[in-house]
Amino acid sequence: MTLDDTPEEAAYRAAARRWIVENAPDLERLSLDERRVWQPRHREVATAWQALKATAGYACIAWPTAWGGAGGTQMQEAIFAQEESRAGLSFPYFMTGLQMLLPALLQFNSDPRTLALVPPAVRGETIWCQLFSEPFSGSDSAAARCSAVRDGDDWVLNGQKVWNSGAHQSDFGLVVTRTDPDALKHKGMTVFWIDMRNPGLEVRPIKMMTGDSEFDEVFLTNVRVSDAQRVGEVGEGWKVILATLANERAAIGAGRGPSWREIMRLARETSGWNGPVMQDTDFRDWLADWYVGAEAVRLLGLQSLSQLSHGEAPGPEGAAGKLLWASLSQQISSQALDVLGVQGLIDDPKIAAVGGVFHQRFMWAPALRLGGGTDEILKTLIAERVLGLPSGPRADKGVPFKDIPIGPG
Amino acid sequence: MERQLEFQYSSEQQALKAEARRFLSERAPLSKARAVLDRADGGYDAELWARMGDLGWCGAAFPEAYGGHGMGYVELCALAEELGRSLAPVPFASTIYQFAEALFVAGSAEQKASLAPQIAEGRVTGVMALSEQAGPLASGETRTAVRGGAIFGQKAPVVDGMTADYAAVLARDDVGREGLYLVDLRGPGVVREPVSTLDPSRGAAILRFDGAAQTPLGQGDAAWSILPRILDRAAVLISFEQLGGAERCLEMARDYALQRYTFGSPIGSYQAIKHKLADVYVKNAVARANCLYAAWALSTDAPELPLAAAAARIAASEAYALASKENIQTHGGLGFTWEADCHLFFRRARHLSLLIGAPREWKRKLVTELEAMEPEAAAAGGRQ
Repeated sequence: MTLDDTPEEAAYRAAARRWIVENAPDLERLSLDERRVWQPRHREVATAWQALKATAGYACIAWPTAWGGAGGTQMQEAIFAQEESRAGLSFPYFMTGLQMLLPALLQFNSDPRTLALVPPAVRGETIWCQLFSEPFSGSDSAAARCSAVRDGDDWVLNGQKVWNSGAHQSDFGLVVTRTDPDALKHKGMTVFWIDMRNPGLEVRPIKMMTGDSEFDEVFLTNVRVSDAQRVGEVGEGWKVILATLANERAAIGAGRGPSWREIMRLARETSGWNGPVMQDTDFRDWLADWYVGAEAVRLLGLQSLSQLSHGEAPGPEGAAGKLLWASLSQQISSQALDVLGVQGLIDDPKIAAVGGVFHQRFMWAPALRLGGGTDEILKTLIAERVLGLPSGPRADKGVPFKDIPIGPG
Repeated sequence: MERQLEFQYSSEQQALKAEARRFLSERAPLSKARAVLDRADGGYDAELWARMGDLGWCGAAFPEAYGGHGMGYVELCALAEELGRSLAPVPFASTIYQFAEALFVAGSAEQKASLAPQIAEGRVTGVMALSEQAGPLASGETRTAVRGGAIFGQKAPVVDGMTADYAAVLARDDVGREGLYLVDLRGPGVVREPVSTLDPSRGAAILRFDGAAQTPLGQGDAAWSILPRILDRAAVLISFEQLGGAERCLEMARDYALQRYTFGSPIGSYQAIKHKLADVYVKNAVARANCLYAAWALSTDAPELPLAAAAARIAASEAYALASKENIQTHGGLGFTWEADCHLFFRRARHLSLLIGAPREWKRKLVTELEAMEPEAAAAGGRQ
């Protein structure tokens, strides 16, 4: 067993660290409000950083150069990501596209016009969003009803999508459609990429429980796309969906957000019963448990990386890591507010403890347990795919999609 | 060849593990643990123990100069995982994870040279005899005392104390300094009495010392600077036994959930069972990740060892506790019978989690380790 870098990796890490120190944007220049995700100034900084990375060969490091990547290795990409997160740089704008959608797009579509969309995304010039979920298709990602009907060389799309992160600021999307409602549920879907400026496409922001609007509803009315925008075969959309969802879990499980270091600092600075809260035994017990879980999330990532570097496909750790991290995030933010006592009520970032990061996390954590597979879906996935337990009785098996009951809605 | 990131068992280690599983499923079926449990005389399966010595398991991680077999600690962890799965009723945890580690950490060159080769061959067994009273082990509370070359006092429970040849005993000297002392338990002045424990498949004793001969283990008088180091090392190895047991419990529960029908379907098709077993799976994954990290720290003598050992100990204790109790629950009424094997794991889970201090002691230790780290320090460069 070894966790040491090889000499080449150590040199790569040192160079990456140096480059980050010399080039990293200074977020302190932004006001606290401007520093929030999807705020224009924040997005500007993120875009400039992504472009700089692409020029230096630090964007999509493991992708071939023909795609705008750096032609490097998975290990190099992982090392750079570690150094970036160590420097506190994490911008979500490009993750959906670069980590989740475009790898699947490139796997299933080799049209030159499609390929031309990729390098600009790597440079941060375009943002991609996921157009999968629908009012009747949430956890059940194979229940898409948005229709696509063939018309000569084109397809005409009609339907509604929902929970689309950043759709209002996106340039392109990957959309799941139903092309054959008479086929079985998993057989009648087809995926397309779509220009978000396409006529017939209307994006309406959803106001979340946090008060922000990061998600949207997207309405498609006679939206016309060319057959060259099809991703994968007609009726084979499920394969494309599966390829993207596995990437999504791996990305969410990565463990961003406040850690034991932040809450320890808070506990050191806050008075408890016997000196700082850090000395309170209930806090110490809680911290030990939280640390063990958070270490597991970090180490499960390392396990996947180790498997990749040995040419093995990563196991189901992505699902376990995502499940763990979502609940650990909820626990740490809740604990931090308890540590603060009644002062924990104040969430104004200008005066709240630690700039309000724990408050933001507290309000955001419920979403972590829902997006990218709810806790319940992931547990079922582990039980069925990993432990081999049988699926229960289902009303959507063996019948044409159009005959599956959807309830009163 | 330069080594790339490896945070998993190597293919050779996997082969060793598979070989160990074959051997143990043949030589140590659960009926062996049950036989020792039924006998309840504080003994162990001597035939199995002798075979393990022949296979070189006892000295797997010993230096070759001391009769070792040139394997290493990750290999020993892999064996521990398999032993944990099988509930093998042998004095491996007492002799190898504890006594041998005490010998290597604290013993003099002469003590190592005289004892380690015999341990490696499986001819000599040993125990650590630490606890005297309820509650965590704490400095300044040891009553067992050495006077001149002799030792006086009582230790209980000492797992494998009925059969062990040697003990490393925590005792104080005439000025109150606490240290570890080596006692030949076969000599005069030692009285052993069997004591019933939660897990009779691992025999235990009350050891009384009434003037038995002792020699200091190494320097002898520095217990609190060396004991934590010994226990950290033992914790990693015991964690792997716990991990193996926890995974076996999950497999038993899964197998039963597939074959047992209620309301016309296998109970494993119901979400109440599925989600329960998925929770066990996640807890086991947390334990495995922390255990592997601790194995890395142990095998490389990394400064992270105390923190990693505590995390592994906590994670593995909790995983085994959950897996063993939910295994009973999944088996329903059958799981509560003497005849079903569920209780063997339930017993062993608690046995192992109390053995070198309950999880709450390790949580306390873990947080103390976290406090000792520079809060702003970045992780060491050049390492994952």
